[in-house]
Amino acid sequence: MIVADRKPVEEIIEEVKDHDKILILGCNECVTVCEAGGKKEVAVLASVLRMHFLNQGQTVRIDERTLQRQCDHEYLEEVRDIIDQYNAVVSLACGVGVQFMAEKYHATPVYPGVNTVFMGVTEERGLWTERCQGCGECILARTGGICPISRCAKRVLNGPCGGSTKGSCEIHKDVVCAWQLIVERLKALDRFDDYEKLSALKDWSTDRAGGPRKVVREDLQDESKDT
Amino acid sequence: MRLQYPSNIQIILVPCTGKVDVIHMLHAFEKGADGVYVVGCMEGDCHFNSGNLRARKRVEQVRKILDTINIGGERVQMYNLSSSEGLRFTQFAIEMNERILKLGPNPIKRAADKAA
Amino acid sequence: MKVKTPSKLEKILAAGHLAVTSECGPPRGSDMEKISEKAELIKDYVDAINITDNQTSVTRMCSLAACIRLKLMGLEPVLQMVTRDRNRIALQSDILGAAAFDIHNILCLSGDHQSFGDCAQGQNVHDLDSMQLAQTVRLMRDEAKFLGGGDISRPPQMFVGAAANPFADPFEIRVPRLAKKIAAGVEFIQTQCIYNMEKFELWLQIAGDRGLLDNVYILAGVTPFKSAGMAKYMKNRVPGIEVPDELVKRMSDTPKEKQAEEGVKICIEQIQHLKEIKGVHGFHVMAIEWEEMVPEIVKASGLYPRPSVE
Repeated sequence: MIVADRKPVEEIIEEVKDHDKILILGCNECVTVCEAGGKKEVAVLASVLRMHFLNQGQTVRIDERTLQRQCDHEYLEEVRDIIDQYNAVVSLACGVGVQFMAEKYHATPVYPGVNTVFMGVTEERGLWTERCQGCGECILARTGGICPISRCAKRVLNGPCGGSTKGSCEIHKDVVCAWQLIVERLKALDRFDDYEKLSALKDWSTDRAGGPRKVVREDLQDESKDT
Repeated sequence: MRLQYPSNIQIILVPCTGKVDVIHMLHAFEKGADGVYVVGCMEGDCHFNSGNLRARKRVEQVRKILDTINIGGERVQMYNLSSSEGLRFTQFAIEMNERILKLGPNPIKRAADKAA
Repeated sequence: MKVKTPSKLEKILAAGHLAVTSECGPPRGSDMEKISEKAELIKDYVDAINITDNQTSVTRMCSLAACIRLKLMGLEPVLQMVTRDRNRIALQSDILGAAAFDIHNILCLSGDHQSFGDCAQGQNVHDLDSMQLAQTVRLMRDEAKFLGGGDISRPPQMFVGAAANPFADPFEIRVPRLAKKIAAGVEFIQTQCIYNMEKFELWLQIAGDRGLLDNVYILAGVTPFKSAGMAKYMKNRVPGIEVPDELVKRMSDTPKEKQAEEGVKICIEQIQHLKEIKGVHGFHVMAIEWEEMVPEIVKASGLYPRPSVE
């Protein structure tokens, strides 16, 4: 899932301080699972903002709504008939949702209520860690299912670097050395010999470096739209 | 034991303090409560293992939020006691009551009255 | 091994001499005299001088400029190049820049993480890793080709080196890793500072058993302790360095005013010991901010005078 973290309340207050009709818009997908932007977090932020403005002597309307997703047209359309009641939206979706909202409702300011951090897993409640950077050309088959691009601080394809110590990365002892994991995994798979295969230079054009990316599946596209 | 505790305290019973969420405490303040305190079992004695520890963390979160929006973090407090300690329950009530009286009413309430 | 470049370092190694290299860190400023001074101190005692590339991620004068300075002084620089700060365009471009000044040695490194330095908030590049950089230099040199396939006029003539750390974890991949570097085109290795002799010898032995030492020159890295404090720091704080307890104890048991002397003595003993080990082709003496000790260490280790080659 996409993992996000709550923005400090002070920052959100600063974003919306000049608006008096605000919709706090949550998302029922990833940000609900990582407890940053679901229905519950919407309720907390709305309550905090209501108290803040009241305490400031400002009359501000703060409403709450949580959509199934903010990265699909059909769900974002659900606020079409109420959007004009607001002069600002704080979206607690990931950066994707915030932007799609902004594209769809061109004249309504949309502010981010979370910091979108990475694609990762829930290791335990309250602990999420990164697993993928969407480089566009998956190499996990070669690295025993452990990604050196997202999990190595230097994304070395022929690791580990000289800073790997007792299984930890040089940047912090709490960061696991991805290449230590890869080596252990290759051994467990009885593929340790594969370690010596040199990894060729990576084509980063499918990564961020290649510019904004898109996936086109003509077989899935609606043909009636073409003509 | 018929111990007296301040009459302006409204007790809300919950099965475990672990059930008390941030939003419940915030709503209490939004609706005009001057202070909120949560009384849980002794740490380490939670029937559900860690309900009271979660409650403590949530109280701390609310305290930070109240400080941030200038309502006053000291208006919220976590206490722990065991079920036989009626006297301590009363002590906590008196302590919290005195603290809140000193702090005065929830500023939200005043602001709301003014706005109305 | 056959000599493939005009590198003096390569020629000395190929002639079977024990080579000696050392290193200088460029200044945090633009004063070239700092480089010249350091180089003057050691030039008669070493065959080549590494110039570090923003070591520990602290911004300094660029390695290439300092290498050019050494070259203009008639000395033999080893251009250290990290993959942290440059993409493949910049790496190839700098290699050509170095080649334009007939810099004949390069050491390919990934570089310390930027969080250790003065720009912890900066991006890191890592378009290539150190092995891929070595491959790139070999492609440019041997095939006269750019990574993009184009031809290079007057290709670089560089002797290609890399670092190796026999003490990093996990140990079992240390030799396979050396094999990988050799496969990537690395021709000489400068090792991390060696204090744990047993482990280093084990590493060399396994590498030798695999026949790897016929294809690469190993320069053993040594660093004298300046004080007992430094020994402890190296042991506890520097990732990938192993300092045996008895060495720390030996330094700690020495009175403070004699510790520097003892540190140099230990270093000389280490070189003497390593000289006798099969597979050691020379020494990389890293006297960190203590370049003035290099002559004494080299002389006392019986490595002076330095040989001359065509």
